Amino acid sequence: MSWRKALIPLASVPLILLLAYGFRTDPKAIPSPLIRKAAPSFRMAVFDGGELSLEALRGKPVVLNFWASWCYPACYEEAPLLESTWRKYKGQGLMVVGVDIQDKEANAREFMRRFNFTFPNGPDPGSKISIDYGVYGVPETFFIDREGRITYKHVGAVTPALMDEQVQALLKGS
Amino acid sequence: MRMHGVGARRGAWTRCCAVGLLGVVLVISWIVWAARDAAGATASPDLEDKVREIASGLRCVVCQNLSVADSPSELAREMRNLVRELVQQGKSREEIQAYFVSRYGEFVLLSPTKRGFNLLVWVLPFLAVVVGACGVYLLARRWTERREVGAPAVDPAYAERVRRDLQEREGPAGS
Repeated sequence: MSWRKALIPLASVPLILLLAYGFRTDPKAIPSPLIRKAAPSFRMAVFDGGELSLEALRGKPVVLNFWASWCYPACYEEAPLLESTWRKYKGQGLMVVGVDIQDKEANAREFMRRFNFTFPNGPDPGSKISIDYGVYGVPETFFIDREGRITYKHVGAVTPALMDEQVQALLKGS
Repeated sequence: MRMHGVGARRGAWTRCCAVGLLGVVLVISWIVWAARDAAGATASPDLEDKVREIASGLRCVVCQNLSVADSPSELAREMRNLVRELVQQGKSREEIQAYFVSRYGEFVLLSPTKRGFNLLVWVLPFLAVVVGACGVYLLARRWTERREVGAPAVDPAYAERVRRDLQEREGPAGS
């Protein structure tokens, strides 16, 4: 019977589709359930003194970057972009905030000196902010709109094109 | 007097030693008590058991198939500390799991929840075993039926030849 002969190849179709789906996805990527949700609030001590809270930034678009001085080369690649984005868009109300995770303070300060960071950065003792944002590596960058919602998350070094696209979207309020 | 004097000095020396010894014993007792108290405050066995139980169900997000309880990574250690803190705040296992799922998604659970699409993961292996067993049974039955019923059809020409041969053999005996 012809349908019986066709049964074996037909039965393998779901398996092939499953494999195709599996091979196309990155097993190490963890999709964030926080996208389009309110960014978890936090308060952190800033390296340059004082405190910074996300609540205080409400009404401003925020680029929240998690980094570490031991994160080489990705954090070193994107560090100049973070600083240049801050300098380029701070006049339009954009905030760039850095959270340094699982790091030594001296190394973190050296990293900030090396890249002339002028935007606020602070340590994350106990990785509480990182866990609250579902961070599982560095660098990770969250784009937060004026209403405090996370619009996008990027894992790995942000490229200039992606940074520009996301920042423009935040500034337009879209 | 002298004797007495020496005896008094000896008595004072003995009292001094006794007081000193008592002091040393008291200090050691206090240190032991304080150490035990501190250990109890930081790691009560019940608390640690509960933390371990909850952390065993959470996936270490920077490892390959390791739980937060078993992973030596720094993030897993921080996650264990957070679990401990949440347990101390009186949060239940479900509430703590829900918190981690709200941050990392269901990926953070080592065993997927038994609902919705995830049910397939739990049901499919058993379904595959049942379907496979049915397939093997049907195949085995078909093979045995073939052997029993499916006697090969005899070629009519060959049958006719056998019949004739038999007739020829029986012919002289029958005549």
